[in-house]
This record gives sequence, structure tokens and C-alpha cells, in this order.
Amino acid sequence: MKALMFGWEFPPHILGGLGTASYGLTKGMALQPDMEITFVMPKPWGDEDQSFLRLIGACNTPVVWKEADWEYVRERVGKYMDPQLYFDLRNHIYADFSYFPVNELGCIGFSGRYPDNLLEEINNYSIMAGVIARTVACDVIHSHDWLTYPAGIHTKTVTGKPLVVHVHATDFDRSRGKVNPTVYRIEKDGMDHADHIITVSNLTRNTVIEKYHQDPRKVTTVHNAVEPICPEIATIPSKKGTKDKVITFLGRITMQKGPEYFVEAAAKVLKKTDNVRFVMAGNGDMMNQMIRLAAQRGISDRFHFTGFMKGTQVYEVLKSSDVYVMPSVSEPFGISPLEAMQCGVPTIISKQSGCAEILEKAIKTDYWDIEAMADAMYSIITYPAMAEYLQVEGKDEVDRITWEKAGWKVRSIYDQVLSNYGR
Amino acid sequence: MKTICFYFQVHQPFRLKRYRFFDIGADHYYYDDFSNEDIIHGIAHRTYFPANNLLLELIKEYNGKFKVAFSLSGIVLEQMEIYVPEVIDQFKELSKTGCVEFLAETYNHSLASLTDPEEFKRQVKAHSDKIELLFGQKPKVFRNTELIYSDDIALQVADMGFKAMLTEGAKHVLGWKSPNYLYSAASVPQLKLLSRNRKFSDDIAFRFSNYDWSEYPLVADKLVNWIAATPESEQLVNIFMNYDVLGSLQASETGIFEFFKAIPRFALGKGITFSTPAEVVHRMKSMGELIVPYPCSWAGEEKDISPWMGNVLQKEAVDKLYGIAEKVHLVTDRRILQDWNCLQASDHFNYMSTKLFPGPSVYSPYENAYDAFNNYMNVLSDFIDRVHGQFPEGVENEELNALLTTILNQEEEIKRLEKKLKETRKTRQSK
Repeated sequence: MKALMFGWEFPPHILGGLGTASYGLTKGMALQPDMEITFVMPKPWGDEDQSFLRLIGACNTPVVWKEADWEYVRERVGKYMDPQLYFDLRNHIYADFSYFPVNELGCIGFSGRYPDNLLEEINNYSIMAGVIARTVACDVIHSHDWLTYPAGIHTKTVTGKPLVVHVHATDFDRSRGKVNPTVYRIEKDGMDHADHIITVSNLTRNTVIEKYHQDPRKVTTVHNAVEPICPEIATIPSKKGTKDKVITFLGRITMQKGPEYFVEAAAKVLKKTDNVRFVMAGNGDMMNQMIRLAAQRGISDRFHFTGFMKGTQVYEVLKSSDVYVMPSVSEPFGISPLEAMQCGVPTIISKQSGCAEILEKAIKTDYWDIEAMADAMYSIITYPAMAEYLQVEGKDEVDRITWEKAGWKVRSIYDQVLSNYGR
Repeated sequence: MKTICFYFQVHQPFRLKRYRFFDIGADHYYYDDFSNEDIIHGIAHRTYFPANNLLLELIKEYNGKFKVAFSLSGIVLEQMEIYVPEVIDQFKELSKTGCVEFLAETYNHSLASLTDPEEFKRQVKAHSDKIELLFGQKPKVFRNTELIYSDDIALQVADMGFKAMLTEGAKHVLGWKSPNYLYSAASVPQLKLLSRNRKFSDDIAFRFSNYDWSEYPLVADKLVNWIAATPESEQLVNIFMNYDVLGSLQASETGIFEFFKAIPRFALGKGITFSTPAEVVHRMKSMGELIVPYPCSWAGEEKDISPWMGNVLQKEAVDKLYGIAEKVHLVTDRRILQDWNCLQASDHFNYMSTKLFPGPSVYSPYENAYDAFNNYMNVLSDFIDRVHGQFPEGVENEELNALLTTILNQEEEIKRLEKKLKETRKTRQSK
């Protein structure tokens, strides 16, 4: 089985949960003996783990023929891929794109982030996909999130192979209902052209069915999982200097994540007890607003902002925490509570999070119910039995959620799509 | 006969280092030594050394007819003692000439006058003691942090025995009145007020090197002519500014030093003298009372206290800081008291100002107000924990005070009882 995947992020250089999920899923699927995955991303950095799949960078895929000798190509792209692949790709340039601003190798530049000209980058990505479609043999095409749907559709038209789109989030989650019509159009177009749609939770599945008008038979949920914690991370010591309990919010500070409910709940808890500190780790467009809110509530001496956390810093924060809270207003899945539970941190999640569907050993509240949330925080920091139960049982539960299982579910979808395809 | 009263503010805060959440409870050192040293060295070489030399020269040249006043905050003196003690020697020399007056202020350049009367009093006393120790003068005239003034503050200042105080000649305070007279406080008429002449002070401090200004270039005889042209009855011109104007805010290349050098020659030539605030108060009579129910300052366009206590962040930080004051007053640990001094500097609150949104104040070492707030609150959280750590939990301040008194007096008490015991033994033996 050869799968051609289009993605936007791949660790270690990631900006959000999409990269983590892409990595986990492909690694889980690679455990299937006959699975060959080619993963296309806008801009590889050269330090990605390619042991279980093949990565192709869109910024290393030529769309304009340029003369180049082997040595030069090896020097330029050898870090990212086999130089021979460059020449194979170059042989499959399908139209004249010489009016594009390209580099000496005939490739279009990509930022690999979420720049202001994102729509242009998405379009370029799809143009580049035409070359890959003609070069790389595949049985099934798999597009991760709306950014790569146009590329998936393009590849489907070129190769005639079935397209599976993977919905990690919809614009309804990101915008609390105020949907950007352009984004919606791209999303809907991708789903309409897809032979099957994979969603990361039933919550997202409902959105896809109701808001994007998809046939329920075409939509299947495959819950995300979490990579087992590696020994280097497992041994990170807690950096907590204070004897107070620490309650943590970790993620982008944006509307979707419901940070204001966390602050309000914190203010309630601090009215009852003062042996607790709150940490809001991450940054985002609502950060300054939250700093103001905390100041207004008069809790700034016990409510701390750390700014953006990356790599192992995330685990340092988790290891120093006594409670982890994710009050997301609309979370398609949310891998971070699983990571917290792996570290043995009792976790509170909103019922509006996709991961709530598969987690039993975590406390679930409505995101707007700050009383319930404050109550849960208070219980965990006050009653040791409660904290210990969630710690031990939560870790046990989350250790049984593996990407390998998720990978097999995706595989069965591939098999089903292929058996029905063309009939 | 007109007189010019020059006054310079000298102050630098102890800037805080980047203090993360994880440092709370683990690290109790809060200061960015490198940047503090770097900044004070820079300013000493640009301003303090050349300007002090210039003033000494002028005082000698004009035989004591040129006079100025300074206020040096306690924490800038501490930094000078650590990094550039030569500057203090220069100020001592200036003090010896008898033509330089040192004013009283809060030791920490703090906002205590607005928040905590007891702390305010303590700081003013600490500052006066330090000035007397270093320069052998007991300050008679008071100037509050950033010229913050209100009727209420006037009461406190008069209560501490000061004869006069410096204020801003703010439009909303003076109205149609001219700043070029001596006034007195409405709440305590015996406290005299010197109002800063906004026009002349800002001409030098802010517009001196501004090419767009219609009066550019400002030269000494021009300024002196303006002063001479004020109405005959206006006898007093108060020119108050930051000492950094000489050489730092106005670089030496702008000719600021030459400008100051020439002022006495033209002024004395026109029969205009120089006085220190104490002399002004001694010689002149108040022309009326100023009513200032709400605090004003010398900052910005609004001349109010919004640069330090304007937004919710600043209010929260000030509230949390002074919320612990009562407990700090019971502490004897010197490191805690030192930190208490440094954390009160008004500069920390100014860095949290959002008035120039989105940019921070020009002096701010932070990227923006929120960054300044987070860093300060992390430091403050650790500080509060340390203060609480000095005492057993759950004891009320009053009870604590009583207990502390007992502990402090126990030595005497033991001595007294031992004496009594000896006496009793003696009497018993003799029996």
C-alpha cells in the first residue's frame, strides 16, 4: 500500500497540533509491514525523522526546468531528499510556470508557516503537487487539513487515485462560528471531492456532516493518540520552586481555547484558598487581554504568564504542574491533555473537546461553567486522594491510547475505499 | 530683581532582570546587574562627570553667584556608591561651595505619598539622613517623586517639618496664574510652593535640539532675554528638569554644555540672579494659595499620575506591593528591606504604562507594558512569599507586632529578672 500524504507541518519544527498528529499517525501507520508513506510538506528543515517515511519538500520540488548538475543538486537538496528524486521530479514538469518567481533549481519558495499570503502559498502548493502526482506512484492520496485539500484534489485528477481528507480542525472551531468564507469554500471543496473523510472526533464529525453537508456514510472518526513519552522527557525534573500547588493552562491564548474561563475560574479558586498559583503558558492574540483580566480580578500575584513554550519547555511546565486545564470552547481533538496525563498530571478538560470522547479518567466540565471548573481545581489541589486517583488512573488510561491502533483504523478506511473505488 | 531657580533631578532605578515563573521560590536575586552598571556608567560619563565639572567651574567663576539645587534619590546614590563613587565625591565638592542645595525626597523615588503615609514618612526620613550623612546638609525643601503634588501630600510634607515643596506649574492647577511667583498650599498655608515654569524648562529639556522648533537654535542670551521680558512683578523663574538633559537627553554635540556655561554671564549682565529653593522661600512672600485636590505631576501632557497609576496593570501592581507594606514594616531582614526599597521605584510602574500604546516608555527595558507587568509581578510574588516566610502563618499583624515587641525586649526582661533574683538571693543569704 503506497500512500501519498500532503501535510503542512512535521516535527520538530511545528506551530500547532497538526504537526504532532501528522507525525504520530504516520509513525503508527508505518508499523504496518506493507505501508509505504510519502509525506509532502511545504518546507522541511533537514532535521526531520525520515526513518519510517519519505519526506518531500514543496520548496525542493521543481516546477520550472533549470539546468543543474548532480553535484550542485546534491549540495542544495541532499540534506532533505535523494538528489535522484529531484531529477525524477524535474522530468515531470507539466506546464510552463516560468513566470513564477523561482530559485536556481526552479522551485517556488514556501514559508511553511501561516503567513499573510497563506492563500497564495496554498495555491502554489497545489501547483507543485501536480509534479509530485506525476512522479510518485501511489494507491491512495491523503490530505491533512484544508491547507492541503487543493493539492489533494489536483493529485486526484492527475492520478485518478482515491482521495482521503483528514479533518484535524474546521474553521468553525477556529473562529467560534464566524467562518471565513474563503476558508469554508476550500474546506467544502476538499470534502466534496474526497472519497472518504476522516475526522479526529465525533464532535468534528458532526460539524462536517451538519455544516459541510457531507454524507454521514462517507465520514469516519479516527481519534488521535499520543506518542509514548521518550526517556529523555520522562526524566525531566520538575522545576517548581514554590511549595504552592500549580494549575496550568498550556496552549495558544486564543478565542478557541477559552482562556478567559480559566482566568475567571482561577479568581474563584483564589477566593477560597491561597496556596495555589496559576500559570498560563503560551502566547496568542488574547494574551494581553488576559493579563489585563487577571489584573482586574486582582490575582496577578498568583497568576503567571510564561510566554511561548517550545520543545522540552512544554514538559518542564507540565512536570511542574499539579493540575492541567484545557477549557477549550471548541476543540476538534486536543492532544495536550493526553500529554499532561502521560506526565501524571491530573487533568480537567471541557466537554467541548474531542478528546473528551475517549478520556474517562479526566474531569470534564462545560467550558462556560466556571463554577464547576473552579470546583474541580479546588478538589484536586485540596484532596490528595482525588489527585492521586487521576494521576495513576489517568496515566494508565492514556498509555493504552496508541497511534498504532489509530493507524490500523486509517488502513481499514483505505482498504474499504480502494475496494469500492471505481465501481 | 528677578531670580532663576535651577533644580535637577538625579535618579536611576535598579532595573530587574528577566525573572520567570520558575524562578519564584528558587531565586531571590532580582536585579540586572549588567545593565544597571552599564547604564549608570554611561550616564556618568555623558552627564554626571561633565555636568558636575561645569557647575563647579561656574560657581568658582562667578564667585558664588551661580546656584543650583539637586535631588538625588537614595537608590541612585546606592548605585553610585557601587559603580561610580567618584560622582559622589563631585557632589560633595559641590556641596562644599555652599551654592548647591540638596532637596529631600523619597529614598526610593516611590509613589508612597499616594498610597502609604507611614511608608512615605519612613522613606523621607531615610533619605534626609542619607543626604545629611553624605553632604552635611539637612534638607529643608521637599520635592516629591516626579513632582507629584496634592493638598493631601502637602499636609504630610508640612507635618514632617518642611518649609516648602516643588510642584509642577500645570495648566489645570495654575489656570490664569503665572508660575513665576511663590505660592502656598491651600491645605497648609505655611508650606510654600515653587511652581515649575513649564515653557522655559521644556524649551531646554525637550526643544533645545529640535530643528522643527521655530525658535531653534536656543542660545543663552535668547533665553535670558525671554526671562528678562517677563512682567516686572514676576520675580521668580523656576527651571526644573532631569539632570540627564545635560549630555544624555540633549547630547553634548547639541551644545547643551556651552549653553549652560553662557547662561550666568548673560543673566548676571541683565541683573538676574540665581537662587536655591531655600533662599527663595526665605526671601519671598507667597502670592496666594494653590488648590490641588487631585494629584498632579510633571509628566506628559496631562500632568497627572496616569504614567504610573493609569491602567489596571499599574493599579494592580501598586495595590499588591503596598498591600504587603504593613508586614514588611515588622521585618528586620536586611535583604528583604533592601528589595522592598528597590521594588518601590516609580519607574517599574512607568514601564507598565500603555499611554504610548503599543510602544513602551523610552526608558523601558521591556518590549511592552505587559512584559514589564509579568516580570514585575513574578518578582513581587517571590518577594511576598519571602515576607510571609519571615513569620508563622495565620498570625494577624497586630498580634505579630505584640509578639515581636516581646521578643525584642526579652533580653532586657531577662536582665531585669536576673537582677531581681540576685537581690532576693542576697537578702536571703544575709538573713
